[in-house]
Amino acid sequence: MPPAEQRNNALMTVTNVSSAIDQQPGIVRLGGRARGLSPGIVLAWLVVAFLVISVAWPGLIAREAPLAVDPAHPLQGPSLSHLFGTDQSGRDVFSRVVYGARESLSIGVAATGVGLAIAIVLGFAAGLGGRWADTVISRFLEVLFSFPSLLLALLFVAMFGAGVGSLIIAVGIGSAPGYARMIRGQVIAVRNAPYVEAAKVLGHPPLRIMANSIFPNAMRPLLVLGTLGIGQSIVWASALSFLGLGAAPPAPEWGAMLAAGRDFISSAWWLEFFPGAVIVATALAATALGRHLQRRLEGRLA
Amino acid sequence: MTQSAAAGQILVEDGPDIPEPAAVPSRRRRVGRVLQDVIGGVIVLWGAATLTFLAVHLMPGNPAVSYAGGVASHPSKSVLAAIIKEYGLDRPVIVQYLVYLSNLLHGNLGYSVSEQMPVSQVIALNVGPTAELTLGSLVLAWVLAVVWSLLTVRRGRIISSIGSGLEVLAASLPQYWLGIILLEVFAFHLGIFPATGGSGLQGLVLPCFTLAIPIAGFLGQVTREEFESALEQPYITSAKARGMSDWGVRLRHALRHAVLPGVTLSGWALGSLISGAVIVESLFSRNGLGNALLQGVTQQDMPLTIGVVLIVAVVYVVATILVDILYQVVDPRLRSAGQ
Repeated sequence: MPPAEQRNNALMTVTNVSSAIDQQPGIVRLGGRARGLSPGIVLAWLVVAFLVISVAWPGLIAREAPLAVDPAHPLQGPSLSHLFGTDQSGRDVFSRVVYGARESLSIGVAATGVGLAIAIVLGFAAGLGGRWADTVISRFLEVLFSFPSLLLALLFVAMFGAGVGSLIIAVGIGSAPGYARMIRGQVIAVRNAPYVEAAKVLGHPPLRIMANSIFPNAMRPLLVLGTLGIGQSIVWASALSFLGLGAAPPAPEWGAMLAAGRDFISSAWWLEFFPGAVIVATALAATALGRHLQRRLEGRLA
Repeated sequence: MTQSAAAGQILVEDGPDIPEPAAVPSRRRRVGRVLQDVIGGVIVLWGAATLTFLAVHLMPGNPAVSYAGGVASHPSKSVLAAIIKEYGLDRPVIVQYLVYLSNLLHGNLGYSVSEQMPVSQVIALNVGPTAELTLGSLVLAWVLAVVWSLLTVRRGRIISSIGSGLEVLAASLPQYWLGIILLEVFAFHLGIFPATGGSGLQGLVLPCFTLAIPIAGFLGQVTREEFESALEQPYITSAKARGMSDWGVRLRHALRHAVLPGVTLSGWALGSLISGAVIVESLFSRNGLGNALLQGVTQQDMPLTIGVVLIVAVVYVVATILVDILYQVVDPRLRSAGQ
């Protein structure tokens, strides 16, 4: 991993550590990696293709309706007719996973959107609002950081009750502090960039400088941040559903499927294994593509 | 560092940046820094308390009802009256806030309706098992990460990429899924470890591995990065030229540089472990703060929820301060950085 990537990885997942990593002396760049398609990226694109088809035309790959019960064949192991086996009511787990992509991905995307929206407001206010606003917002973020993300989300669920809507907002709020800290750093870096200086010297009004110079440049890492974040949001949202606080069974949402399968954990491993594996594959694909994107964008900027 | 022969000598012995004796700051300066950390921590905790106070008052519905366990628990009039009196809910918001803060300072976290005992007692009962679980997992994560790095960093292209690939995979495994897989394999198929509860070490193994493996993945990624750059430093070449063995170089010179960023990560890791404890304690039916929190959330027991969340914030802030102090002990460069 190149150092910049490691740094950003750390920022994503280990936000409170970023400054320490930045302070490290001389990380040596170990020869640029080939820019071509690595097997990992190809795999990631395959996962994305599977997900896109699942969301757009689930009927194309799923053989059965996600809620169609078949009481004659409950809890059957994986076979050619039921790739991922069947659940206690004889529903085809593969079909449920395919149809579940729509709900699980929507939750992940929406939660990331909520988190980024909150973070953009806080990040820009801190970066551009002067020293006082910066101090207040930075302290506020520090307070939020003292709650682990899942706990922040749980606190929100406790306030507003379980359900998909509050799940989305809860995961968004849980992830917002991390994004906000990054966006604040980005805004501050851009604010002091030579082209902003130049625009000031040319006498451009502050609003125009903000709209034309600061905003677009500070938003540049957002695409990467969003891609990396979606994987994380899906994992967290599934965790809450797994704990029984999100989508309720028998909805084919992936976390809810895991929650429902817990009752059969000792006899029917496929009920837990496959939905979980799809969550992991989705998260890994999002991470791989996010980092790939980051490398390409950095390459272009350099 | 100067490039004199003398400097080269020092490099072999102690790494690149040994502080000059004169650069070691006074004890007072170090105490000052710790004091600064503590004051920052107190401010953060005050913010956390304020935030939870706002949480209850921003909730839809009557705060007294949420303190009493939510609408579902149908609190009686006398219970509500007692709560209104205890929290001063009939007085102005600022007074309520001060009463809330003073209650917290006196260790009074309210009464848990779902557990039928004071929240502080629920926490006291549950803090032990969770501490066992999280600290055990943190140690295990470190052992896994260090051993894995020692074995796979710079061992040729194939082993190194398998090493880093598995780290990325481990880091992205959600605990709920990993725990289920471990349960399936080791409890139900092989029957080596108990599936649920279990006191003592036997019952702790699977939950600890569930929490430790993803964190070991993160620690490993950062450690690997540092390990690789440490192995390129001149003092490593020097040590090798002296005839030191590969393992000797790794253990004596490279390792201590490699673990530094991971030490900072341990504060973050503790937060992640506590999040994970909610999932793992539920999955393995263990008693602990995570399970208490989950119960508070599902039964809308607001005092219990807030109590656990605040305790976690305290632990997290204290851990961050300890890590900062530890970091200064491990890395002498930071001690002189303030000069």
